[in-house]
Parts: sequence; C-alpha cells; structure tokens
Amino acid sequence: MTGMVALYIFMLAAFTGYEVISRVPVILHTPLMSGSNFVHGIVLVGAMVALGNAHSPLEKSIGFIGVLLAAGNAVGGYVVTERMLEMFKSSGARQARASKGTH
Amino acid sequence: MSDVFSVDLLIQVSYFVTAALFILGLKRMSSPVTARSGITWAGAGMLVATAVTFAFPGMSNYEWIIPAILVGGGFAWWSGKRVAITDMPQMIALYNGMGGGAAAAIAAVELYRGETTGYAASSLAVVGGIIGAVSFSGSAIAFGKLQGLIKRSVRFRGLQVLNLLLLVVAITHGVLIALHIHDAPSVVTWMFVLALVLGISMTLPIGGADMPVVISLYNALTGLAVGFEGFVLNNAAMIIAGTVVGSAGTLLTQLMARAMNRSLGNVLFSGFGDTGGAATGTVTGSLKPIEASDVGVMMAFAQKVIVVPGYGMAVAQAQHKIWELCQLLIDRGVTLKFAIHPVAGRMPGHMNVLLAEAGVPYDLISDLDEINAEFETADVALIIGANDVVNPVARTDKSSPIYGMPILNADKAKNVIVIKRGQGAGFSGIENALFYLDNTRMLYGDAQKVGAELIQAIKAVG
Repeated sequence: MTGMVALYIFMLAAFTGYEVISRVPVILHTPLMSGSNFVHGIVLVGAMVALGNAHSPLEKSIGFIGVLLAAGNAVGGYVVTERMLEMFKSSGARQARASKGTH
Repeated sequence: MSDVFSVDLLIQVSYFVTAALFILGLKRMSSPVTARSGITWAGAGMLVATAVTFAFPGMSNYEWIIPAILVGGGFAWWSGKRVAITDMPQMIALYNGMGGGAAAAIAAVELYRGETTGYAASSLAVVGGIIGAVSFSGSAIAFGKLQGLIKRSVRFRGLQVLNLLLLVVAITHGVLIALHIHDAPSVVTWMFVLALVLGISMTLPIGGADMPVVISLYNALTGLAVGFEGFVLNNAAMIIAGTVVGSAGTLLTQLMARAMNRSLGNVLFSGFGDTGGAATGTVTGSLKPIEASDVGVMMAFAQKVIVVPGYGMAVAQAQHKIWELCQLLIDRGVTLKFAIHPVAGRMPGHMNVLLAEAGVPYDLISDLDEINAEFETADVALIIGANDVVNPVARTDKSSPIYGMPILNADKAKNVIVIKRGQGAGFSGIENALFYLDNTRMLYGDAQKVGAELIQAIKAVG
C-alpha cells in the first residue's frame, strides 16, 4: 500500500463514518457510541502483530499489555453494546417475550 | 503470480470483509429496527479479523498473545455482563480507554524498537501514540468520576496554561522522535508520560454532567489513534475501522454537545458541569403538594398523559414500577406517551435504554421535537425525577445558565404532577419555575414508592 493510496482510504473512510452516523435518532446515540467503541477494538489485530513481532523483554511486556487492553476493548465493547441493543423492541415484539425476565 | 492463494492474500481479503462488516454493522445500528443485528455483523467481522491474524507471517510469542487475550477479554466479559444498565456510560469509558491504551502500546513497541522507516510512519506512530495515551488516562479519569471513585473536580488557576504546556512539550518530544533527531528510549518514555499526565489534567476539571460528551470525544480520539497506528502497521482493517470511528465519533460528539446546548470548547474549558448552587432563583409562588390517591384518580380519568422521566427515576430504579403504572393507564384507554429530552439520563439516548430495559416499547417513546406540540393537548404531564429539562426559565430568563437550552414544554399541559424526592434544586442548582406554576402539584417521595402508591390508587378507581 503506497502512501497516496493510504491517504485515499483515510479520506473515504472519514466520509463513510460521517455519512453512516449523520441521520441517527437521539434514541440510539448511546448504543451507537458503544458500538463504535467496539469497532475500534480492531486495535486488537494490530496489538497482536506488534506483540507477535516483539523481541526484547521491554517490547514483549508492552505488547502484552497492548493485547490485553485491546482484547478488553473488543470484548467489553461487544458485550455492553449487545446488552443495550437487546432491549430495543417494538410493541409487537414485546408481546412475544411477555414472560421473559429482564434479569 | 503463482502465489495468489497465499496466506497473505487470505489475510488481506479477510480484513477487507471485516471492514465491510464493520461499516454495514454501524449502518444497521443507526436504526432501532435493525440495530440488534448491527452489532452481530460487526462482531462477526471482529472474529474473522482476529482469527486470521494468528496466521500472520512471521508471528511468534503465541505463549504471550493467547494469555493476554484470555485475561483482557475475560475481565471485560465478566465486567460487561454484570454491570447495571444505569452504569453503562462509565463502562463505555473504561473499554474505550483500554482501546486507547492499546493503540499507545503499539506505538510504544514500534518507537522503542526504533525501526520505523521513513518520517511518515514515525510521525503517525507518534501522533497515534500521544492521542491514544491521552484517551487512555482521560477515559480512566472519566470512569473514576462516573463510578464515584473520584468525587471532586480539581480545578485551579493556570490549569489551562499547564495543559497547554504539557501538550506543547509532549509534541516537541514527538517531533524529535518522528524526525529521528533524538529518538532514544528515554525521549519516547517522556513523551508517553507527558501525554498520560495531559489526559488526567484535561479530564479532572470536567464535571459529571459534561462527562458523556467527553467520553464520546475520547471515543473518537481512540478511533483516530487506531487509524494512525494502522498506517504504521500497514493494516487496512485498522485504518478503515479507526478512521470511520474517528469521524463518526466526532460527529456524535458534536450532536451530543448540541443536544446539551453547549459547544465542545465550552465543555472542555469552562468547567460548568458541576457548579452547584451558583444560580440565584427569582421565582415567585409556592410549592403545592398533592397526595398520590388524588393523582391516581386524575390520571385514571385523563384522555392523555405524557410521562417525562429524568435521571432521578433511574436512580430510584423506578422504571419498572412506572411502566407497570403506565400499562394500567393504557388498559383503561388513556393515550400515554413518554417524552424524552435529549440529555435525560447520563448521556443522549441513555434514558431510552433504561426505559427499554423496563420493557417500554420504543414506539411509545417520543423525543423533544416530536412531542413538544402535544403537551397542550395533554391532561396530565407526569414529571418523574426530571428537573432542568422542563424548566421554563430556559425560555425566558437570559441570566440563567440554562437559557437557550431546548426544553420539554411540560408547563403547557393542563395539569403538571412532579414526583420529586425532596425540595432541593436540580442537578445544576437552578430553581425550577415549573414547580411554582398554578397548574403544578408536587408529589413528594421516592419514585419507586410513589409509583406503587399510584398503582394502588388507580386500581382502587376500578
């Protein structure tokens, strides 16, 4: 990937992010923030590569912390978002789960 | 070209699929109907990307990677599953901070190794590292504040100057490293220490009410940091996902700040968020109490009731009782709606989540623009633990700190019932003119207890 291509990707991705969010209702602001929080958990991939190529003990220690934190970001972001979105149901869908508790 | 079906190609294609799944997932999350499938799509993308990364050429240290994933992921799974819905905002802050820390760690590994080729790569590593570190320590402080671990907002004269100084010195170190003028490990260490301190001192003075906007900002910053580190590692999935979150998060931050009638600069640099009792009330009139039984009768025979829930309801964990009450009214043929102010709860949309948890279908929930015209036709506006968001002072009193903030026009309803724990002022310390109006009655007590009394009263009507 050349620098210019990377720059194009950067620009297009920025516009994509803006477009995807621009017409979102207030009701979904918190879940969406949580969802985008999950998406940047992709840093896990980079942290794995960094640790996978680490040599000195210092690099390995920092890499270890990086992977640990990144895994927390990805897993935590998913669990929290999923729990929040689980609750969004319309009147119709609610009838079906009348007996199911909200734990 | 004989090597087309190489591992490398598999990885590149998988990252491409992951990026597409992320974008589609986020798109689906922006509508309540498809939102639940959105996170599943994005989750699938994450699994694909993580799995193929194990096959990355030249990888070793699996005995370190796997335990790190298990420990970090395990902790997050455990904490994310057991946290109460009311505490969601600080968990988002916590996980976001972890992502920022991870981005900073990637930068640290690359910079300590000192093998980043070219000014572009080292500059991006430095920028991503600083942003990630700020986001890491800043989010940690935000978590501490919302969790109640840090009770006071530290603020002193010259703090902004100190922050600016920290930023400038951190960037100076960064420039030295990026241009390979002086990239010894000690310089790298100093840069990260300065960035971490900056994150702390930037976030400490910000009050609890403004924290959601700050968390959203750090979310966007982490996204950017991830995108920049993606350039360093030449990883398209990280570039795309990070940048998408960076721009989406920036927009979301602006939307939130606007919903609170604040500018972002105002949030970061003024420290209004918890000024207690600074405002003086020039409100005349008296507070007129009412009994739950009377309110029960009033609502039972009403045509239309609009419920305005606030954070006070969530604190009292009353959403289930209130929804039970509302179902009774709906069964009696009362037209019932929930009116949600954009900043009800701890962050925009938080109240919707809390009501959804109690089982309120989202089609009964209206936001400010949809519902405001309807208050005039409502017989009862039931305010539960909400205060500033229904204060008419925001429309009339130019000297009030909340002047200009869009409010719910609850005062236009024929009867206004305010369920409130005691006679104190609201979160911002501003007297509420609504409570003193002729058509307002105060129903004192814990929202959960009052809810139970109201249910009794309505059942008694028969």
